[in-house]
Amino acid sequence: MKTGRSSEPIWWLLFAVGGTVAAFLVPVHIAVGGIAGPAGWIPQAFAYDRMVGLISHPLSRLYLFALISLSLFHWAHRFRYTLAEGLRLKASWLPIPIACYGSAIVGTILAAAVLMRL
Amino acid sequence: MTSSVSSATITLEVLRYRPGRDQAPAFQSFQVPYREDWVVLDALNYIKDQIDGSLSYRWSCRMGVCGSCGMMVNGTPRLSCAAFLKEYYPATVRVEPLEHFPIERDLVISLDDFMQKLPAVRPWIVRQDDRPLDAGEYRQTPAELDWYKQFSMCINCLLCYSACPVYELEPRFIGPAALALVARYNLDSRDQGREQRQEIAAGPDGVWDCTLVGECSTVCPKDVDPAGAIQRLKLSSALEWVKNVVLPWGRR
Ligand code: SF4
Ligand code: FES
Repeated sequence: MKTGRSSEPIWWLLFAVGGTVAAFLVPVHIAVGGIAGPAGWIPQAFAYDRMVGLISHPLSRLYLFALISLSLFHWAHRFRYTLAEGLRLKASWLPIPIACYGSAIVGTILAAAVLMRL
Repeated sequence: MTSSVSSATITLEVLRYRPGRDQAPAFQSFQVPYREDWVVLDALNYIKDQIDGSLSYRWSCRMGVCGSCGMMVNGTPRLSCAAFLKEYYPATVRVEPLEHFPIERDLVISLDDFMQKLPAVRPWIVRQDDRPLDAGEYRQTPAELDWYKQFSMCINCLLCYSACPVYELEPRFIGPAALALVARYNLDSRDQGREQRQEIAAGPDGVWDCTLVGECSTVCPKDVDPAGAIQRLKLSSALEWVKNVVLPWGRR
C-alpha cells in the first residue's frame, strides 16, 4: 500500500471532460458533417467558401481544437486501461501510459498545427 | 413448521481444502434435504451437524447483518444466509470461498489484506481538536446525516472485493468497501480527517485504479454503492488537484 499523491488526476480529468465532449458533441458532428452534408440535405450550408469562412474564425478553431484534443485524451485513457486489463498488465506500467497519452499529445499538437494553417 | 418438510433433496458441491491433508482444493458433493425456506447457510449447517463435522465456514447472525458468511454461490459473491436454495433448486448449488482471497480452510478465506487496508483509511471520526466532554455531543441535522448514511451501511462482507476485476489484477488496490468508508467519513459533517485520508485514497493504490466496472455495487447486499462513492472521490480529488496545481495561490 503506497501513499502520496499521484499524477492520475490530470489524466482522469481530461478523460472525464473528453468523455462528456465526445458523447454530446461528436454525434452532432457525425449527423451534420458525416450524414446530412454528404447526403446533400443542406447543400448551401456546405459550400466551400462558407465552410472556410466558418472554420477560420478564431472561436471555431478554438472549438475544433478542444473537440479533437479532449476526445483524443478520452480515447487515450480508455485505451490505456483496455490494454492494461486486456493484456493483464499493470495499468501503471510506464510504456502503456506513455504510448497512449503520448499519442493524444501528438494528436493535439498536429490538430493545433493544422487548425492554425487553415 | 413441518408442512414444508418433504423428502426432496438438493445437491451441494462444496469446495474443500484442509491444509496439511489436501494437496489442493477440491469439490465434495453433499445431498441435503431441500426446504423452501432454507438458505445456503442452512444447508451448510445441516452438513456440519449431520454429515461432516469438519466442514469449516464463517457465520454468525444468519440475518444479513454480521457480514461474515460471504461465499461464491454458483460463481456469484453472495451472503450465504441470504441466498435461498429455492433460487437454484432443483439444480446443483456450487459453494466456494470468496474469490480473490487466499483460502485458509474450506470456505474460510484469509482477511489479512483487508484488515491491513481498513485502518489505513482511518474509518472513524477524526477531529483536529477534540472538544471537552462537557461541551456536549457533535450535533448533526437529518440532512447532514443523509449525506453519508448510504455509505455507512457497509457490513464488511467483502463481496465487493470478490466481484472487483481490478482487485484481482492489482491486489494492492485499496478496494471498494474501504474507499466507500473514505467517502462515508469525508462526507460526515463532524469529521475533519479528509486531508489524512487523501494520502491513501488519492494515492497510487487509491481511487485512480478503479475503472468503474460497477460490479461492486451490483453484488453489495446493503446497497452501499461503492462504485458511486469512488466516482465522487475521483471528482473531489481531481478538483482539489486543480486547485493545488493550477491555482497554487488559492491554498497555503
Ligand atoms: S460495500 Fe457492500 S459488498 Fe462491500 S463489504 Fe460493504 S456491504 Fe459488503
Ligand atoms: S451470517 Fe451474518 S451476514 Fe450472513
